[in-house]
Amino acid sequence: MAHEHKLAIFQGLIKFKSNTQKIWGVLIFLSIITAIEVVLGIYKPESLMTQVLGMKGLNWIFIILTIVKAYYITWDFMHMRDETKSLRRMVVWTAIFLICYLVFILLQEGGYIESVYTNGYVKKDF
Amino acid sequence: MNTTVENTGTEGKTWGGGNEPLKASYGKMMMWFFIVSDALTFSGFLAAYGFSRFKFIDSWPIADEVFTHVPFFHGNYPMIYVAFMTFILIMSSVTMVLAVDAGHHMKKKAVTWYMFLTVIGGLIFVGSQAWEWGTFIKGDFGAVQTKGGNILQFGEYVDVDGEQKFKRVAVADFAKASPTERVQHERKNGLWFVSEGTLPEFTVDEIYAGLESHSNVYVRNQIINEKGEKTVLTREEGLKQIKENGKLYVKGANLHVNEYGSPLFADFFFFITGFHGFHVFSGVVINIIIFFNVILGTYEKRRSYEMVEKVGLYWHFVDLVWVFVFTFFYLV
Repeated sequence: MAHEHKLAIFQGLIKFKSNTQKIWGVLIFLSIITAIEVVLGIYKPESLMTQVLGMKGLNWIFIILTIVKAYYITWDFMHMRDETKSLRRMVVWTAIFLICYLVFILLQEGGYIESVYTNGYVKKDF
Repeated sequence: MNTTVENTGTEGKTWGGGNEPLKASYGKMMMWFFIVSDALTFSGFLAAYGFSRFKFIDSWPIADEVFTHVPFFHGNYPMIYVAFMTFILIMSSVTMVLAVDAGHHMKKKAVTWYMFLTVIGGLIFVGSQAWEWGTFIKGDFGAVQTKGGNILQFGEYVDVDGEQKFKRVAVADFAKASPTERVQHERKNGLWFVSEGTLPEFTVDEIYAGLESHSNVYVRNQIINEKGEKTVLTREEGLKQIKENGKLYVKGANLHVNEYGSPLFADFFFFITGFHGFHVFSGVVINIIIFFNVILGTYEKRRSYEMVEKVGLYWHFVDLVWVFVFTFFYLV
């Protein structure tokens, strides 16, 4: 079996010479992201605590960083970068679509129940 | 004996099953499909956690106040240990992917070493998680559960750099347990099919008496105020709450009670990290099997280390899930 690896990350911004080198490069990147998350989590800068789209701005940063991490784990450690387009889409889009759907419904419902509690058992009298 | 069929004799025959439009072997593709379904299971759990959290958004426990311990160190270090665990898991993911890479180059020795390191990383992680569970179950300050199932915690104001900061106080530090006749009922000295859990160390009356005599101790409830902190009650209000609503002294957490706040938090913590820990554990077992197969030269004979790659996919997936558990349980 031939094993060609695509060795460029960040849209070709960084090109590695070998697959091993790419692995270490991605590790460094993931460690930096985790370190940023931990530092933000401990110090919780006041400027990031404002509400953005129903959640604290800091929480959005955490979620975005998590998705970035997930992307590099899947693409480089699980070799999704080297798979065919159809396999990649089959796996990634199916999961993303179903997860977004589920999360939207459950969080919406949770928020609704919360407002029923706080507003004295009737949120909207139809 | 090699029972895995690598060549089916249908290669190149489009209608005989030899056509591979996805350029991936059967085993690898099935591993991907399994991963998708497992990812949906985990996202179901995490979304359910989000549901409950949104439902009780104004009184959910603050993770930074719950997970503050580091083994062998005393003091308050939120996040540090769990960050270490995350790093261990990412590291073992790296050794795994290095093993896969060495497998592509048919380097048996390197694959063996990297698999070994991966197993070690996995064991450290599972051990850390067990410790984390132990600490969480044991608890640290203790609290009073009210009739409505809410949690009242205790603390005092201390001066930190000229600023008044609320610091938690353990119930054992101000309340005094009085001798009692009541002993825990065990199966061996009564009806064999009836047993009961550990009796609480203090009664609510004892805690009330202790609170009354220590004027520096305040009661706080779980409601989060606009500053993002739990609400601290006045002395009178706190005493009144304990007297009128206090029902049970709780220390630590289990599936019924949770000294850190909503019992749902503990339930989800045990369920989600437990399910993930179980995945890590089974991943370690599978990795050990593959490790021995590598040593025995199974894949050398097969002229392909693809099995390492498939197991690697599973291992990376476990890492991937942890990244999300870390965010939603400890950070957000």
